[in-house]
Amino acid sequence: MQLALFIIFGALAVAGALNLLLQRHPINSALSLVVVMMSLAVLYWSLGAEFLAAAQVIVYSGAVMVLFVFVIMLLNAGEEERTSGSRAAYIAGIPGAAAIFCLLSFVFLSEQKALGVANLGGHLDNGLNNIAEISQVLFTKQLLPFEVTSVLILVAILGAVVLARKEEQ
Amino acid sequence: MSHLSPFQTFLLLSIVKIIVVFVITLTAVAYTVLLERKVLGHMQNRWGPSRVGPFGLLQPLADGIKLFLKEDLLPMAAERPLFIVAPIIALTCALVSIAVVPFGAAHHIYANGIGVDMFDISNINIGLLVILGITSIGVYGIALSGWSSNNKFSLLGSLRATSQVISYELALGLSLVGVVLRAQSLSLRTIVDSQSAHGLLSWNFFGGYQFVAFFIYLMAAYAETNRAPFDLPEAESELVAGYHTEYSSMKFAMFFMAEYANMITVSCVATLMFFGGASSPLGHLLPANFGGPILTAVFPVLWFVAKVFAFLLLYIWVRGTLPRFRYDQLMSFGWKFLLPLAMANIIITSLVLALHG
Repeated sequence: MQLALFIIFGALAVAGALNLLLQRHPINSALSLVVVMMSLAVLYWSLGAEFLAAAQVIVYSGAVMVLFVFVIMLLNAGEEERTSGSRAAYIAGIPGAAAIFCLLSFVFLSEQKALGVANLGGHLDNGLNNIAEISQVLFTKQLLPFEVTSVLILVAILGAVVLARKEEQ
Repeated sequence: MSHLSPFQTFLLLSIVKIIVVFVITLTAVAYTVLLERKVLGHMQNRWGPSRVGPFGLLQPLADGIKLFLKEDLLPMAAERPLFIVAPIIALTCALVSIAVVPFGAAHHIYANGIGVDMFDISNINIGLLVILGITSIGVYGIALSGWSSNNKFSLLGSLRATSQVISYELALGLSLVGVVLRAQSLSLRTIVDSQSAHGLLSWNFFGGYQFVAFFIYLMAAYAETNRAPFDLPEAESELVAGYHTEYSSMKFAMFFMAEYANMITVSCVATLMFFGGASSPLGHLLPANFGGPILTAVFPVLWFVAKVFAFLLLYIWVRGTLPRFRYDQLMSFGWKFLLPLAMANIIITSLVLALHG
């Protein structure tokens, strides 16, 4: 069951990501990205991280991507023009991407023991609720990174407000 | 039936539950429309629909046939695929979220070694987040419909709807945190159970002191469903009909049904979160096995339906009474009043729970 979910939604995520690049209209690309986000949420769910899955749907598909679509609608962005692409991208890009993919898979496979292996489907420690588990980790072991991230987001908000505020004449 | 495996039994019973709930929800949507027309009519000193069937009770059927037989226009300049997909997204998201709502007390029937809850399609431990997630996906239906129609009124309507829904989603989510803190769970079943100890007195609205949260939820939910007094996305005096100006026939009907299905979902959530869900307001005044096993199972469902019905009436009452907000008032009300109030509610609730709980 979990394997079937992984294959279906992994394939959907890859297809969405490819469609994102191939579509010429920005709104179609944005919607493909929504599909990728939703497929990732299903993958999280199948790994037993249901809170993360719900947060992924609410935050990324429901808020961030809606804002993307909103901006595209507001600017009424038209279809992008197709160019043949730079030659450097063809010569260096494709082998480069393939090399990075090979390197990453090699590292992950060789360091499998050090990284630990997660089983597909339902991986919960000591029967605790998933949400309780996440919040305990966030507010004890990971407190500093958590707070620093919050401050980082706050700085971003302040920056956006400064940029958006009208100049006082 | 004994040759079925537990999984097959589960699947079969789930499909039966889904079909029953689906049919009941669609009927409820149709009759909510009639209820609104009737009640609004009486509020405005007229009769409302009264010709088709006794008291106009067959009016939804006539409306359905009319909408089904109308010509389905497709504007020349519309973005075809998105124009067709948008109403489907809106209606699907509106109908799917009912799947996690528990309609009655937990009542398992056992067959082939598996117990299936009769009054709940699926009881999952993050039911509340699932409802919030599905509602937040529903925005795409409105946003895309306005953009793909290639019409300035539609585009303005959907821009308004999108920004309004994003703004009020925050207040809506935060207003529910107080209840989640009290129940210490996101499962709707557990939230209902946490307030069913002493009937009316232990409901979150009364005994849980979450009435501030309830009013925030109510206002944010009206804005989320684009209903009066927050119905700016379809303000007929400014925008013709807003995002569904270019839609006709069944595509228009799908938006219409989505709006009323969303109303029902929002009323269900309000009932579950603040008014004890399917639990009786009388608490232990009635004996636990009042009226035999069948009545014991049916009574909670009746309580639930009565509460949801009261919320739907409130929706209609508000629509008949309040004028529409201005756009800047809407935004400043959401961001400067509801959001800080919701945050204050969370802080006070968690402080009280930490000190006394």
